[in-house]
Amino acid sequence: MTAILQVKNIHKSFEVGTVNENHVLKGLTLTIEKGEFVTIIGGNGAGKSTLLNSIAGSFLVDSGSIHLAGEDVTRQKTAERAKHIGRVFQDPKMGTATRLSIEENLAVAYKRGKKRGLSLGVKEKQRVEFRERLKQLDLNLESRLKMEVGLLSGGQRQALTLLMAALQSPKLLLLDEHTAALDPKTSKMVLDLTDKIVKEEQLTAMMITHNMENAIEYGNRLIMLHNGQIAVDVKGKEKQQMTVPDLLELFHKNSGNRVSDDALILG
Amino acid sequence: MSIILSSISQGLLWSIMAIGVYLTFRILDIADLTAEGSFPLGAAVCASLIVAGLSPLLSTFIALFCGMLAGVVSGLLHTKLRIPALLTGILTMTGLYSINLRIMGKANVTLLGKETLMRTVQSYGLTSRMSVLIVGLFASLLVIFLLYLFFNTETGLAIRSTGDNEAMSEANGIHTNAMKIIGYMLSNGLIALSGALIAQNNSYADIGMGIGTIVIGLASVIIGEVLFHQLSFAKRLLTIVIGSIVYRLIIDLVLQLGIDPQDIKLFSALILAIALSTPLIKKKSKFKLKQAIK
Ligand SMILES: Nc1ncnc2c1ncn2[C@@H]1O[C@H](COP(=O)(O)OP(=O)(O)O)[C@@H](O)[C@H]1O
Ligand SMILES: [Mg+2]
Repeated sequence: MTAILQVKNIHKSFEVGTVNENHVLKGLTLTIEKGEFVTIIGGNGAGKSTLLNSIAGSFLVDSGSIHLAGEDVTRQKTAERAKHIGRVFQDPKMGTATRLSIEENLAVAYKRGKKRGLSLGVKEKQRVEFRERLKQLDLNLESRLKMEVGLLSGGQRQALTLLMAALQSPKLLLLDEHTAALDPKTSKMVLDLTDKIVKEEQLTAMMITHNMENAIEYGNRLIMLHNGQIAVDVKGKEKQQMTVPDLLELFHKNSGNRVSDDALILG
Repeated sequence: MSIILSSISQGLLWSIMAIGVYLTFRILDIADLTAEGSFPLGAAVCASLIVAGLSPLLSTFIALFCGMLAGVVSGLLHTKLRIPALLTGILTMTGLYSINLRIMGKANVTLLGKETLMRTVQSYGLTSRMSVLIVGLFASLLVIFLLYLFFNTETGLAIRSTGDNEAMSEANGIHTNAMKIIGYMLSNGLIALSGALIAQNNSYADIGMGIGTIVIGLASVIIGEVLFHQLSFAKRLLTIVIGSIVYRLIIDLVLQLGIDPQDIKLFSALILAIALSTPLIKKKSKFKLKQAIK
């Protein structure tokens, strides 16, 4: 097995030196192997997004190290790490450029981690591939390549962002509550699509979700964050057979706490 | 009629500046005031070089290049030193004031009796009016064509994407600071090019000719947007040319009505204020219309 991601003892605080000083990640260590699809849950403010942002390089961690595909990326900027990482954000507006067309957005993602030169931005050969891939979404976007992305619905945009993130088979796919802003039906559609893409492309992925049932249903490893540390980490058979009550019990046993976040229990 | 033809020719020459403003203001979503310095920079460089005996074409190209340099300076100040965009522009334009004076050696340089691009064209047997129109048309269409090609390349897409959604662009591996610097560079290069053409057309460069550049540029962009909305990139650039011509027509009309030329900047500002508020006024009147129908 090869480790795609090695996070070693990372700490991250916000607003250091003010009354609002907030120590969010407290010596978190985590190794993710190739092919793992990790679902991540945890209460509000547990540090889930902070963990993903640290991995993607949205900010630098205060201490500890992050290795991606064997490379030390701890001090690298987002744009440099992007060659390994595909990302989908919670806010559908975040993942696409609204004034660019569907094909232009895909073309931008197509060049992730590669040098951009002065050749044509959207090539005819790519268009054929884009159409093929868009067909999988079943949203009839393949016939609207030249349409501005700003005109798409939230669900369509998230599906497109997902496609963009997976376009260059990233070493690691990061999904931060990417269905939270969608209605239940669209959310299900995007989740199933995520599952399909991760499986077909054999991606390694981390998916934050607010919904315990989703966390159990999808993926092959489950991590629960609490107070900036890992409180539960299950995989394989144990994860497959897990139920929500089991998970709550395990969380209680490991952390000495009861899950207090209703939203998490009710999903 | 001749007044209209002259407005059109002037509008074409100025439209290149407005397109430059559009690149930072709309494509990059940055309010860059460097224009107020790079426009007279282009004029100063071009006029001084022509007086020194260089060919008008070469002088114009060097002016363009100097404008690009000024843009790079602003770009670096804004991205590497993280100075807010507005302040960055003010810094560069203030510095350029002294540099422009140094280049010219005095407050203005006259090109009377010197060779200019317009006079070169005229020497093929055209009227002076016609030659300005031809230079304006050729220059603005060439600029639009090249920008159209460039902004459809991989790098061009990356610049547009940076201005549209920075976080997404970074997540897709785009070095957004570099893209912004290129944008600043192209923008101010074009603005200086326009300054160089205007100086040749007016037969002088003046240290004060940059005042109000940004207002004229924005007014042209917004007039274009108000007249035609929701357009593709190339068509949008064409509408800026139209906006620029309409702006000139309004100004020339106001002058015809006997307004003191001193007051013209006040009118520029008024035109921009009106153009800027049009979308809001339109929205409100639409809303009122809806209410009335109910
Ligand atoms: N960029 C930031 N600046 C300041 N505080 C932040 C920032 N990002 C997150 N935080 C704070 O860190 C804590 C954890 O946030 P987050 O990781 O987003 O939690 P969640 O597990 O809900 O995703 C919260 O208290 C949040 O306010
Ligand atoms: Mg979060």
